[in-house]
Amino acid sequence: MARIAVQEAPFDIAAETAALTEGRTDIGALASFTGLCRADDGLAAMVLEHYPAMTERALAKIAAEAEARWPLTGCTIIHRVGRLVPGAPIVLVLTASSHRSAALEACAFLMDWLKTKAPFWKREEFTTGHARWVEARHEDSAAAQRW
Amino acid sequence: MQILYFAWVREKIGMAGEEIARPDHVTDIGTLMRHLATLSPRHSDAFANPMTIRAAINQDFATAGDAVTDSDEVAFFPPVTGG
Repeated sequence: MARIAVQEAPFDIAAETAALTEGRTDIGALASFTGLCRADDGLAAMVLEHYPAMTERALAKIAAEAEARWPLTGCTIIHRVGRLVPGAPIVLVLTASSHRSAALEACAFLMDWLKTKAPFWKREEFTTGHARWVEARHEDSAAAQRW
Repeated sequence: MQILYFAWVREKIGMAGEEIARPDHVTDIGTLMRHLATLSPRHSDAFANPMTIRAAINQDFATAGDAVTDSDEVAFFPPVTGG
């Protein structure tokens, strides 16, 4: 059963990692991905909107798909929402397994599916005062389809 | 039926959601989008290009041919950009 969280607050990677491995001796690999807010083109902040009633359910479905495809001993997805400034962490994905390939592949799969199958929308605010909604990238759907 | 809007669809229409009476000919996502486009100039602008809009029925992603009923919560939004 995956740990899923959608929150405004930052996450503690060390604590989340410890929660997946604590008291276990069967885990040989722990893969982690952290997505950060990048200051492209004078970006001042990124505002993440989501569909509260649907978000955690969509993330749980994506996690269940990963658990069905790879022999994971644990899986964590934490996605932040609200206003995030450059340098701030946005998303954390952790996967634990007996072996490296399952953990690494499941981690990449979760990020690819997160980008195309979870109801989040990013709005960029620039130092000029201009703002725009981020458009979905074709490369992201292509990456999601490779699984 | 309950309709919800997110991201630029919400901004263009000017509200986060609304309760609408479903006309008899509105039976799926496609016909619902065409109906919503007739409600106001802002709706018409938001739904001008249905190909740019995605939908969910009762918090599950849906496509144009999926059936809708009076008791459904239907959401419209741009392609997702999380992660």
